[in-house]
Amino acid sequence: MSATLRHYVPWFLWLSLTAAIALSLFHAMNADGSAEVFLPGHSTDGHYQIEMACTACHDNEAKDGIFTSEGVTNKACNACHGEDLEKFSDSHPTRKFKNPENAVFLQHVDAMRCTACHTEHRLDRTRPMGVTIPENFCAHCHEVTLENRESHRDLPFNTCATAGCHNYHDNVALAPSFMTKRYGQPDHITGATVVETDALVRWLEEGNERRQPLTLASADAPSEHCQDPKILNDWHSDAHSAAGVNCMDCHSTSEDPSSWVAKPDHTSCQTCHEAEVTTFLKGKHGMRLAHSGIGAMIVGEARLPMKSSAAHESLSCSSCHSPHNYDRFYASHQACIQCHDDEHTRNYEKSSHYQLWQAELAGGPVGSGVSCATCHMPREEHGNGVLVNHNQNANLTPNEKMLQSVCMTCHGMEFGLSALADRELIEKNFHGTPSQKHPGMDWAVKDALADEDEEVRAIHDYLQSLPQKPTHGPRNPLPEPSDPSP
Amino acid sequence: MKTPVIPKKATLATTVGFASLVTLISCGEKESAATGDGGYGADQVAEAIYNVLASDRKVYAQKIVNRLAKDEKVIAAHEEWKENKALLLPAQMFREGAEEVDSIEDKEIDFTYSLQSTWPLNYENAKKKTPKVEEGLLAVSTKESEFYGKKWTGEETINGVDYFVGIYPDRAVAPACWTCHNEHENRKEDYPEFKKGDVMGGIVIRIPK
Repeated sequence: MSATLRHYVPWFLWLSLTAAIALSLFHAMNADGSAEVFLPGHSTDGHYQIEMACTACHDNEAKDGIFTSEGVTNKACNACHGEDLEKFSDSHPTRKFKNPENAVFLQHVDAMRCTACHTEHRLDRTRPMGVTIPENFCAHCHEVTLENRESHRDLPFNTCATAGCHNYHDNVALAPSFMTKRYGQPDHITGATVVETDALVRWLEEGNERRQPLTLASADAPSEHCQDPKILNDWHSDAHSAAGVNCMDCHSTSEDPSSWVAKPDHTSCQTCHEAEVTTFLKGKHGMRLAHSGIGAMIVGEARLPMKSSAAHESLSCSSCHSPHNYDRFYASHQACIQCHDDEHTRNYEKSSHYQLWQAELAGGPVGSGVSCATCHMPREEHGNGVLVNHNQNANLTPNEKMLQSVCMTCHGMEFGLSALADRELIEKNFHGTPSQKHPGMDWAVKDALADEDEEVRAIHDYLQSLPQKPTHGPRNPLPEPSDPSP
Repeated sequence: MKTPVIPKKATLATTVGFASLVTLISCGEKESAATGDGGYGADQVAEAIYNVLASDRKVYAQKIVNRLAKDEKVIAAHEEWKENKALLLPAQMFREGAEEVDSIEDKEIDFTYSLQSTWPLNYENAKKKTPKVEEGLLAVSTKESEFYGKKWTGEETINGVDYFVGIYPDRAVAPACWTCHNEHENRKEDYPEFKKGDVMGGIVIRIPK
């Protein structure tokens, strides 16, 4: 080889290697699923499903297509989380910090930017709730509170948000007056039931016209698409036909009412079930459908343990609600266990909640059973009726949000609070009683007694006079802080 | 003290959406005419805002909280108002309004306001007091001060931004005010026993220069 040729060999190799890398990256950008190579790191449990819909969060960089940590605005966060933050009375909205006198606090915690505390793609330092700053962050502003509150004086600041008491955003449970009003409640409230749903009532109250129930003969699907008598019979015995919802109401589009849509998607359901679908699209089951280009969630891609038999299933409304044989009892339990395979789920059928559910199915009082959906898709009373919140995550992070919306329907507040803080009991699907008594109620009562609250004093004295104290477990000074590992 | 001049076109009505501002606009115009520069001074704007805030605060304390919670006992006023289905305390009502104003983007006239006191019950809120505010609060709420019960103005810089600061007296206007403060669990031993008409703190209004 001549000296000249030897001179060019390294250059040739370098150029070839560069071209190969460039080509493979170009291919990755355009191939389905391969673009993950550009992720700086995987996302939190809350966002991993949509991590390839980059502009869902990097809204400020959608035009440029170059994504940095600076390109995620509060607006993008609020697009998905804003409504729930308002619903649960966000304790620290950014508007609380706009006054320049908050500089004394903002120098420690930049409360004006969601991403200051929730940095994505950094699983190595992500704590529960997607928090990426040290867990004693409350101290910077609230140190003075601990100094002045007897019951809290010796508590470490890393326990505020990790012991099931306070949260930065959602504090719906632990106002002292709210607690003391529920002091002395029994662990179990006899005869408790959840409210009944009323989708049709809400539909009519929204100004829609009541339709007559439909007969088998009135099914309006084109004959070539209506060959299966089972489908017809299912539909005819279903709530949809009773409410006058015919085949073409779902199997067509509003743009072309005569066209046949073989498999209607959630947008078809949304026509009548607006609130249900809107909440579904916010939760883990439907969030991918809310973003274009990434398709529905596939069960096998979940981070929670799922059954291998369901791994290839994709999630839509009809995953849980068989479209021609709508059965909300099936959707409340059986639909869940066709996919979910974690310890909490597996233990459900050993639990007292399951026994109550079986009793309701066997003809017990309506709303007396406790299914998966009773807790994870609670029925919420709104101005114009009762709605099933289909965002299964809405009352789960943190789980204290369940206390009012779910637990306290059937349990005393103190019992519910203790149960929600007991990780082991949660794994057992609440089969048993809390092993530790949450200290919150005792503290609130102690403070109320010190303030000479006569009502609390009366309840306290009455409870003390009982031969058997209404306690559900040993008293423990404070639950251990959570494991900071992701 | 030279204060920033707010262009006249930036009417106060766009700044604060309270109907009662109509009267204040005319008040502002009268004072502005005296400056002869066609605009309003920051101190004039701040005083106009104060007049609205103090009026609304007085109405809420007297005709809502004191009447419904103390006299007629129709509904309670409670710090944990949501949990207790109760009225907001007057200080909370004031702060919620301030936060609503703060959430308005691109205000034609930027300003912020808050309630502070030399004798605070909310310790976190008290930590926000700047040295200038401490000085102004003492001036408007110390009986021996020449500014007692009057406005006090100054200037300060926060995070590199210069502000006009106006501090105005916040008086006890209804029994609900002074009984709650005098009996509050966070009250320190050296706090004064308030009575009707006493200055309990100050309304702090900042306008960037």
